Amino acid sequence: MSLLLSVGLASADGLQLNSERQRELEYLLKQDCGSCHGMRLKGGLGPSLLPEALVGKPDNYLKQVISKGMPGTAMPPWQNVLSEQDIDYLVYLITNQAITQSGIVIEVK
Amino acid sequence: MNNKVLAILLGLVFVCISAWARACDSQLRGSGDLGVVIERERGSLLVVENSSDQVLCRVEGLGDLSHASVVFSRDARYAYVFGRDGGLTRVDILTGKITHRIIQGGNSIGGAISQDGSLIAVSNYEPGGVKIFSSNDLSLVADIPATFAGAEKGSKTVGLVDAPGNKFVFSLFEGAATWIVDMSEPAKPTLSKFAAIGKQPYDALISGDGRYYIAGLFGEDGMALLDLWHPEQGVQRILPHYGRGQEKLPVYKMPHLEGWAVAGDLIFFPAIGLHQVLVANKNSWEQVARVELKGQPVFAMARPDGRQVWVNFAFPDNNWIQVIDVPSLKVIKTLDVGKGALHMEFAPRGEKVWISVRDKNQIKIFDTQRLSLLKTLPAQSPSGIFFTNRAGRIGL
Repeated sequence: MSLLLSVGLASADGLQLNSERQRELEYLLKQDCGSCHGMRLKGGLGPSLLPEALVGKPDNYLKQVISKGMPGTAMPPWQNVLSEQDIDYLVYLITNQAITQSGIVIEVK
Repeated sequence: MNNKVLAILLGLVFVCISAWARACDSQLRGSGDLGVVIERERGSLLVVENSSDQVLCRVEGLGDLSHASVVFSRDARYAYVFGRDGGLTRVDILTGKITHRIIQGGNSIGGAISQDGSLIAVSNYEPGGVKIFSSNDLSLVADIPATFAGAEKGSKTVGLVDAPGNKFVFSLFEGAATWIVDMSEPAKPTLSKFAAIGKQPYDALISGDGRYYIAGLFGEDGMALLDLWHPEQGVQRILPHYGRGQEKLPVYKMPHLEGWAVAGDLIFFPAIGLHQVLVANKNSWEQVARVELKGQPVFAMARPDGRQVWVNFAFPDNNWIQVIDVPSLKVIKTLDVGKGALHMEFAPRGEKVWISVRDKNQIKIFDTQRLSLLKTLPAQSPSGIFFTNRAGRIGL
């Protein structure tokens, strides 16, 4: 299944990652980002990452937050463990996610 | 892998799982060597038995169980499961059936059972606060919003534990406070509030004797200690400045302060932003040592006899388990158990430990004397492991 999506510049770069890396990042989003934001990204100690919670937050802002973290909060900087392309792909995922009962389902082809 | 192959593989996995996860039944038996394992993604739990290390059955339909936790009724027959989605479920582990289930909040984080066993308290992130239910039928008994001065919405609540006197104690993440709820008269809950305990308490524990409540702080160094025998003395800071002069490393997963990692006079805490556990003397509350480890500790759990402390780690080091020998304060074993080693639970008297390994879909059982693998059980994306011997223990 393919999705036609309008993708911002910041997040488009992540789509160049090979599919194995993309699956790893989808897993990381669910499990490791999920340890604060919830496995279904509905929020926990950290805020919800569902599409309605991200309205008005540009891709570049999201990328910045993931890379550098949010001082004064529990959000750590991920740039030490993830590449810029990885982070682009995470931004792509959270801004283009489809939600099902069983959690996040991401269709990217 | 194409979808067809995946479907067939999943089918096979399912058949295998069905084969071993036979139904729990009501044959006459004790429940003292039983437990449950959370299967976080599937929204199910496994009822397990830790004498012969086997899975008895699977209970389905518990909702979103990421970060789920469990307390047991005092007869160790019912498991109360706190789900991330605000679900509170009462499971009869002897029959493998859900007896009651409610959605009590939007986003919850854990709970506790009262000293007399009659009340279940749940800690909520959304909408914040704590709700208290009857343990018999999960009907609402009290609703305690965690509102505090200067905030528009209620605080997330963390570190909820039971305490003697039919009390519950918890802390406010944004509110930087610790509150005690006295439920000795359930119709008339009484609150005692302690403000300004320190920035961003992220979790807490209570000592096994129910005297000391200690909240870990994320927003600054140290822990906030409340002596429940002397609440009039207020909250005092212990282990201040433990990270002084050291660069804080990123914390990719919040540590947990479950249970009381005490061995003799020593108590073990995960450091925040350091790859260390802190060791304090529990009489003076002074730091006596720190032990260098592989990563950011998540759980530091003492074997029931206190001779060893087992530690697991946050991403990206969550494949490691390290074992600290208490007399020497040295790491005596480093185990690579596989990615996503999320939780550990000791057999009641500590001769073995069960470890959930999420990414391998396994529970690994280790002999704690030989430090060797005894057995591996299949489980789907397992996280928390809870044995029924918790039923009789304060704070668990």
